[in-house]
Order: sequence, then C-alpha cells, then structure tokens
Amino acid sequence: MINIPDLANATPIQIVFFVLSIITLASAFLTIYSRNPMHSAIYLVICFTSITGHYLLLNAQFLAIVNFIVYTGAIMILIVFTIMLMNLNKENEVYKPRVTRLGAIVLFCLMCLILIAIFINSKPIVGEYIITGEDYQSIKILGKVLLNEYMVPFEFASVLLLVAMIGAVLLSKKENNEN
Amino acid sequence: MENILNQIGIENYIFLSVILFCIGVFGVLYRRNAIIVFMSIEIMLNAVNLLFVAFSTYHQDAQGQVFVFFSMAVAAAEVAVGLAILVSVFRNLGTIDVGNLKNLKG
Repeated sequence: MINIPDLANATPIQIVFFVLSIITLASAFLTIYSRNPMHSAIYLVICFTSITGHYLLLNAQFLAIVNFIVYTGAIMILIVFTIMLMNLNKENEVYKPRVTRLGAIVLFCLMCLILIAIFINSKPIVGEYIITGEDYQSIKILGKVLLNEYMVPFEFASVLLLVAMIGAVLLSKKENNEN
Repeated sequence: MENILNQIGIENYIFLSVILFCIGVFGVLYRRNAIIVFMSIEIMLNAVNLLFVAFSTYHQDAQGQVFVFFSMAVAAAEVAVGLAILVSVFRNLGTIDVGNLKNLKG
C-alpha cells in the first residue's frame, strides 16, 4: 500500500523530494496548458531542471550532468530556435473540438488511475531494497560498464547521431528549383 | 545518502513517473501545435528515464543508468530529425497545426 510519510515530521530529504516533485508536475502541466509556445518552452526548461534535481537526489552524478547539458542545453535550444524561426510566439492557436479535449482529459484520468492501481499491487514483484554499500554509480564505474559491456551500442549511438545530423541538414535545407 | 530510498520509498518515485508520463500522453492528445506535441513526447521520455534511475538505485546496478544514457542519445537524434521535419512542413504548408496535415487522407 502507499505509505505517504507524514509531513509533520518529514526528514529534509523527503521535503526536498516533495518540493521537487511538485515543481516537476506543475511545470509539466503548465507546458501543455500555456497557449504561447515560448512560455511552454520556458516551463519545459524548469521541468527538466527539476528532473536533474531528482537525479542529484538519487546521487546519479553522471546522469545529472548529462541530463542538464543534453536536455536543458541542447534540446531546448533546438526547440526555442525552431519556435523563433517559425515566428510562432503568437497565441492564435485553434483548439481541438470540445469532444476531443474531453476525451483527452478522461483518458488522462483513466490512465493515471489504472497505472497507479497496477503499481500499488506490484510490491511483491518489485522486490526488496538491499543496500550493499558498494560503489555502483560513480562516473568511474559507469565509464567501465559503458566501455566494457556496452562498447558496441556505444559505437552505434555515435553512428545514430551522425545519421541524425545528416538527416536534419538534408531535411531542413531549402531545395533549389531546377529550371 | 545511502538510504535515500528508505526515506522516500520507491513507490513515490513510481507514482511521480506515472503521473508525469500521463501528463505527456495528455499533451499529445490535447494540443494541436506540433511543437507542443514534441515537448510532450520529451516529457514522456524523461518520466521513463527517471524511473530507470530510481530502479538502478533500488537494485544497486549501473546498467539502468547506462540505458538512460542511450535513451538520451536516441532522444537527441529524434529531436533533431523531428524539428527538421517540422521546419520543412512549415515551409510547405505555412502552419504546423497537426489538424491541417491531412494530405494523405483518402
């Protein structure tokens, strides 16, 4: 069952977790709710930064740095540049018909309900939390795992990024009319 | 820091990820602006990454974090190609409203 810690005598880590979770969910919701795409992008930056905070809380240093650089740096710069390129920061979007929006809200509630109900009942499958005390997530250990066991996928990731770069350049290039 | 999951509980991380994922699904269904749909997909990817890291800590295993690293590489490639497609669509149609992309409709 859910054991929500009582907020009266919560430890500092629990307080940090709840504040970060509220920031994450609120900014994710505002990303979808705000009508100006530029505001959405700003809220998404806040959401990703708070997820970086979650990684730091879990002591995953490498992923915190990578998440901050890749998501809040590279991906958000790409999205903001695209919004400015298309001159979209106007609030003239036509909304979907009311039936579709109502369906979206109903599906959101149902999906939350079903997934949470599934995970409440899955405690025996998840297993017990064992603290071995050994170092498993410092950058040194992660580098060894990445370059020993996952060497081939690592190289394929570089090929994937190269192909994506070429594809992006080819797709967004202005085609010359041959006449 | 060793007993962080004892203090917070893996359930709370699961619920946070589930709600974040559902917000992403909601955004894909609710909005017509293709860029917002893209941002919702990013929110969904981040929710799954967060759950991967939480379970990596739970099982004291580094492989979950390596998987998150690969999923971030794929997400970066996906965003680059997707935004290039959006720019090309905008140049041809003058709009990125997903309701207007119905040239393939029979």
